[in-house]
Amino acid sequence: MGFFDYLKSILKIFQIKKTVRLGLYGPVNAGKSSLANKISLDWLGEEMSEVSKIPHETREIKVKEKVKIRSSGKELDFNLIDTPGIATKVDYEDFLKYKLSKSEAKKRAKEATQGVIEAIKWLENVDCVLVVLDATENPYDQVNVTIIGNLAARNIPVLIVANKIDLKSANIKRIESAFPQYNVVGVSALKGTNIENFYKELFRTVR
Amino acid sequence: MLRLQIIPHSEVANLTSESKISKVLRIAKNNRIILLEGRLSPEEETLLIERTMSNIDRRFKGIEICSIGDSETRDLVKRIKRGLAQFLLGVGASGMTIIGPASIIKEIKRDPDKIELLTKNVK
Repeated sequence: MGFFDYLKSILKIFQIKKTVRLGLYGPVNAGKSSLANKISLDWLGEEMSEVSKIPHETREIKVKEKVKIRSSGKELDFNLIDTPGIATKVDYEDFLKYKLSKSEAKKRAKEATQGVIEAIKWLENVDCVLVVLDATENPYDQVNVTIIGNLAARNIPVLIVANKIDLKSANIKRIESAFPQYNVVGVSALKGTNIENFYKELFRTVR
Repeated sequence: MLRLQIIPHSEVANLTSESKISKVLRIAKNNRIILLEGRLSPEEETLLIERTMSNIDRRFKGIEICSIGDSETRDLVKRIKRGLAQFLLGVGASGMTIIGPASIIKEIKRDPDKIELLTKNVK
């Protein structure tokens, strides 16, 4: 390796370090896209993903590059990666309840299965992960355990975001006791509740 | 009628992850609930999800899965200690994994200490 190649590889390392590839992972309908939108809106002034009550709204990876976030006097560049929700089953008949036609439901189911596979493959391309969980749901779901176990196995820093804390049945303590070795921050991505604290925890996790 | 299939650790211990997952999926697609002795590694769990998604069609809607007991660890000292204990006590692997087809299992609810397996009405 010549001197210039050596210099280039050093610069490349710094280039990778400069922008943090931040993945948003979690089960279906936990609010990953709502949180991605909140972050994008706060720092770029525009949303990045569509949200809906119909499961599997996000069926492909969405990336927003060069999102400059500032917190506690520090500044970091992020590439936000919004991923489809991880699931172990997809039944097109579940979509019929949301008044989708049979062909639309089947198409959505097919795309949803591909989305899950894509999301898993993208685990290779993230530096840090926000595991977004619905604070009103049981955190002991195997999907949550699998995602967090995988990130631990890959030594990827994790911040657990307990979303939907504006709802009465939200229970952050339950999430904290399910995953005691991780930092958990409660937010409402939709209403922006506790979002400043979320950014502080994010910087603490990335560091 | 619910059909259960027990897979002892010895039956999968020497299989590659791919073979282990293929075996589990084959049984689940045959409408059986699997009681697997031991736990899948995190990598095997994601491989199982990937393969499950690839296999979803008109008849197979996916799986429900739940693991209980000690998780796999990368800590070599812990693995040696666990292996030694298992050898001395003559047991295969710690923990248990329940996997079943989503067409039969509606939901597996897990709390730290108990598992509730809710099934659908099957003929």
